[in-house]
Amino acid sequence: MNTTSQPPVLAVNGLEAWYGESHILQGVDFEVHSGEVVTLLGRNGSGRTTTLKALLGLTDRRSGSVRLFGEEVISLDTYRIARLGVGYCPEERGIFSSLSCEENLRLPPLHRGKAPGLSMDEVYRLFPNLEERKRSPGTALSGGEQQMLALARILRTGSRLLLLDEISEGLAPVIVQTLGEAIKELRQRGYTILLVEQNFHFSSALSDRLLFMESGRIIETLNPDELDDNTDRVIRMLSV
Amino acid sequence: MDIFGVPSQALMAQLMIGLVNGSFYAVLSLGLAIIFGMLHVINFTHGAMFMLGALLSWAGLYYFNLNYWVMLLLAPVVVGVFGIVLERLFLRRIYKLDYLYGLLLTLGLTLVIEGVVRSIFGVSGKPYGPAPISGVTDLGFLIIPNYRLWVIAASLTACVLTWYGIERTRLGGYLRAATENPKLVETFGINVPVLISLTFGFGVALAAFAGVLAAPIMQVSALTGQTMIVIVFAVVVIGGMGSIAGTIVTGVALGLVEALTKVYYPPASSMVMFLVMVLVLLVRPNGLFGGKE
Repeated sequence: MNTTSQPPVLAVNGLEAWYGESHILQGVDFEVHSGEVVTLLGRNGSGRTTTLKALLGLTDRRSGSVRLFGEEVISLDTYRIARLGVGYCPEERGIFSSLSCEENLRLPPLHRGKAPGLSMDEVYRLFPNLEERKRSPGTALSGGEQQMLALARILRTGSRLLLLDEISEGLAPVIVQTLGEAIKELRQRGYTILLVEQNFHFSSALSDRLLFMESGRIIETLNPDELDDNTDRVIRMLSV
Repeated sequence: MDIFGVPSQALMAQLMIGLVNGSFYAVLSLGLAIIFGMLHVINFTHGAMFMLGALLSWAGLYYFNLNYWVMLLLAPVVVGVFGIVLERLFLRRIYKLDYLYGLLLTLGLTLVIEGVVRSIFGVSGKPYGPAPISGVTDLGFLIIPNYRLWVIAASLTACVLTWYGIERTRLGGYLRAATENPKLVETFGINVPVLISLTFGFGVALAAFAGVLAAPIMQVSALTGQTMIVIVFAVVVIGGMGSIAGTIVTGVALGLVEALTKVYYPPASSMVMFLVMVLVLLVRPNGLFGGKE
């Protein structure tokens, strides 16, 4: 999957981030290459969500280096980073209650000068529920529908790198399966995806690589086929 | 014919005045509510912006020979740009702080603006001269100056256009979304800081628009905004921050309530708003149309 000739879609070096006085990320290093699906795993508070936020400049303060599509973005404003082609699906989903389902879906503008993402038809084919709920207020949707909406929303824009935070959290197995199928399809279409997951089985089935975080650093990188030989260590790294 | 001891002609005349005042309240409180929704700043300068609109309209006429219709477009633009400058220079620095700081900062700015205007123009009211639309219309039950009809029509049109812009356009969608979660909207590639500046500029431009409308029927002075801002705060508190349409309805309704009080019990007319405010807050702490915030 790795193509050494192209620069990685995302290259993170010595990334540190703070919320107020709390020093959350203490030097994170990793790369994600074009078309890869990579998952950040770890216990609560290990810094996975903060890593996604720091990539987009949503933390109070950050330092180090983040290169997106070959461009340094550590001092760029959030909206400029997004325009390079990054889609973000936050853990709390962020569905707007004053907008209908369809307005939520159409809200993010298409990135100028980028190849277009999925069409509305393609989005609805991926998530048929959303078409049925078009006119409902965003927050009247079920948790699963809201999660689909939060993911679908960033697929239209032409973003090529998707940062997805805990998309399987608290959802019924059948919905988790739908989301898993969607991730697989997006991967086939060449999207590059960085997941933050609690659900180890969900993510290991989808990912090319698994990064384990602890205390604001990445402490281990494993391929899915290495997991069986490392079961004990994996359990130790993830258990509370 | 008398209605509760008041001649219907007199009652209708007062109601018409109430409707005119209510139109001003609606336009002003609308701007205030939009600004609060987006910036979380209780904009005390709103009355001063209203006054600046009225004063610019007067000054345009007497110093630059720019007539009412030119100033009706120009004054909101000038005040809007002034607002954007204030937002960039000052307000931007306090968004992360408690609401109180926004109130204090804008109160301070108001005192500065009013002080400057006062030192240039004095405090005595400036008569505008004849209204730009003359004549009266006989509605059968009431004879009303055409200019007042125009004020009502123009205010309500501004309100409806604003409502449409916010509820039905793409830019309005960004605005509503950014009111809920500005950080997330920024991750969609939308330049939220500029959106915030434009919101503030638009909100105060609305106030200036109302000011220009008011200039021919109120005496324009440095203190014109002070009486207005207190009432408009009450309107916003009564209406709640939840809905654009609610704010407009509340503004007009309170203008009418005030007028009725003037007819039936004049001494209470300047405090009836606050009585309503207290009653509403007792029953619905978030205002009549308020959301959960």
